[in-house]
Amino acid sequence: MTDLAIAPVETRGQGHPRNDAVSFAGVVYTWPGASPFTIRISEFSLARGEKLLMLGPSGSGKSTFLSLLAGILTPDSGRIDVLGHDLAKLSRAARDRFRVEYFGIIFQMFNLLPYASLIDNVLLPVRFSKSRRDRALTEGSLHDVAFRLLAALGLETNVIASATTASLSVGQQQRVAAARALIGAPQIIVADEPTSALDRNAEKGFLELLFAQSAAAGASVIMVSHDEELAHYFDRVVRLEDIAVATRDTPR
Amino acid sequence: MMIFRLAIQSLLNRKITALLTVLTISVSVMLLLGVEKVRTGARQSFADTISGTDLIVGARSGSLNLLLYSIFRIGNATNNVTWKSYQDIARQPDVAWAVPLSLGDSHHGFRVLGTTADYFTHYKFRRGQSITFATGEPFADLFDAVIGADVAQALGYKLGDRIVIGHGVGSISFVEHENKPFRVSGVLAKTGTPIDRTVHVSLEAIEAIHIDWQNGAPVPGESVSADDVRKMDLTPRAITGAMVGLKSKLATFKVQRAINDYQAEPLSAIMPGVALQELWNLVGTAETALSAVSAMVVVTALLGMVTMILTTLNERRREMAILRTVGATPATVLSLLAAEGGLLSLAGVVIGTLGLYAALYLARPFIDHTYGLSLTIGALQASEWIKLTLIVLAGFIAGLLPAIRAYRLSLADGMLVRT
Repeated sequence: MTDLAIAPVETRGQGHPRNDAVSFAGVVYTWPGASPFTIRISEFSLARGEKLLMLGPSGSGKSTFLSLLAGILTPDSGRIDVLGHDLAKLSRAARDRFRVEYFGIIFQMFNLLPYASLIDNVLLPVRFSKSRRDRALTEGSLHDVAFRLLAALGLETNVIASATTASLSVGQQQRVAAARALIGAPQIIVADEPTSALDRNAEKGFLELLFAQSAAAGASVIMVSHDEELAHYFDRVVRLEDIAVATRDTPR
Repeated sequence: MMIFRLAIQSLLNRKITALLTVLTISVSVMLLLGVEKVRTGARQSFADTISGTDLIVGARSGSLNLLLYSIFRIGNATNNVTWKSYQDIARQPDVAWAVPLSLGDSHHGFRVLGTTADYFTHYKFRRGQSITFATGEPFADLFDAVIGADVAQALGYKLGDRIVIGHGVGSISFVEHENKPFRVSGVLAKTGTPIDRTVHVSLEAIEAIHIDWQNGAPVPGESVSADDVRKMDLTPRAITGAMVGLKSKLATFKVQRAINDYQAEPLSAIMPGVALQELWNLVGTAETALSAVSAMVVVTALLGMVTMILTTLNERRREMAILRTVGATPATVLSLLAAEGGLLSLAGVVIGTLGLYAALYLARPFIDHTYGLSLTIGALQASEWIKLTLIVLAGFIAGLLPAIRAYRLSLADGMLVRT
């Protein structure tokens, strides 16, 4: 309750919300269930075009944080602004549209629909978002744009054309996922430990290509990881435990 | 549409289970429609067998029994009607015509009917159609026989062939009337009724082949030759029953009562339509049970489909999470799974219906020949369209059950992609 009273004042005093891609203020979220898990984030912001690494051990609430950020979960109290929009003011359907409009999301693994082709996987967001489709179409046909993006992320031409999703290595799958996150130039790229299954070399290649493409699109990147060695790729590093308090309530 | 394409691709990814599910549904649909087809086919076939006959007369028995043995050649008469009684009935003022029927012998499993040539003019089937001869003519000589289309086809008989009639109605006769062979004088055109499987001879011929028999067996040493028998009095002593046509339908009940009250001997007169109705009432329960069972099979198939979708649901939570992150609303996820159920049942219904028609087409000659059931291959009836539509709708709704679960999971999973 105190968080809620103080947070908005702090945000206004400190920040420049207009320039922020994302800002959290006094956010409280409790997972329902037999042993409720509550996360409180009093203040957090991500600037436009910023590359931010959020560090935290597993189980610290990183995925919950990202779910709140992407509007998949709604906070019990507090305020989350994304690109000047108060997420709480959007209906659930509007949040779904909003998400595909402004976010590109990459998971740790299993990013792809196993039955769809590489190109179809990349094109999923433009099927659901008109503005991303329109932006992609300024660069050519959808198929060509997806193809170029996959090539720019280091996939070989013959792989793009003929491989099935199931035959790809994890590294290749993550590149397809990155292409999907980037297509149609969303403003915020959210990545949940996308390189945890890659070796150091592959990781370096992946991140460099991802950043090159996100920079070209002018997108902010927020990535969560438990791996501190990734810090040097990013503009800023935030530890989740510094901005959030996670409590695991004992069952009554 | 995007959702349908995804649903189809997702299904293709699980070809084997999807195919099996479709197969289960299509078999159940085949069963459901097939039962209905056989049911209506059987009813039509029975109802078409006799028309134009007002009363059937036989020894006192249940009306169903009388109808079955006299017209459908199913079962046997309990008793005979004396020739005198028959003549009394035929002479009644309201009676326009009467045709005697004498049953009890067979030829290679086909029943032999002793009657008069009037039979071929008065017997009507399928709303008043008359019997026609494919070749030949009614019996003129004592030892002439007119055979039905199936008899001719099954045994390969042509005009002029000699045949021997066996005693009794089993398919294998141990005792035969071999000293009095018959000549095929006519072959009837196909009627789709028990007539096709009947050998018709004159009443006198029935009398002639039994003249040297007593108590159902030939009397030793008393064999009468085929030539000698021609000189004897062959007026039958008894017949099995008779078909009666009246001058006016209005007299039906009057004549029926007169026959039922006949003093000299206990007789029964029945109206074929009423007896058929009695038959439907009797088999109605079995028909309902059969329809209920086939409906249950459809339900089982749909339950199997739900199980199939539910078991794949866990591995598909990933898929749901991916779709949510690329902007699919929970409603999209919901419709994706519901579409899957609908697509599976639609495919099942289409394949099942086509399969039924193929099966009907292939099995029809066999069913017609073996059971005398001519099944019609017609367009789907309105009631069948309704049933099929209901099955597809039920498939959509059944698909909704796992869909609602997936919806809940995808809400709860958030950004977590469970492995």
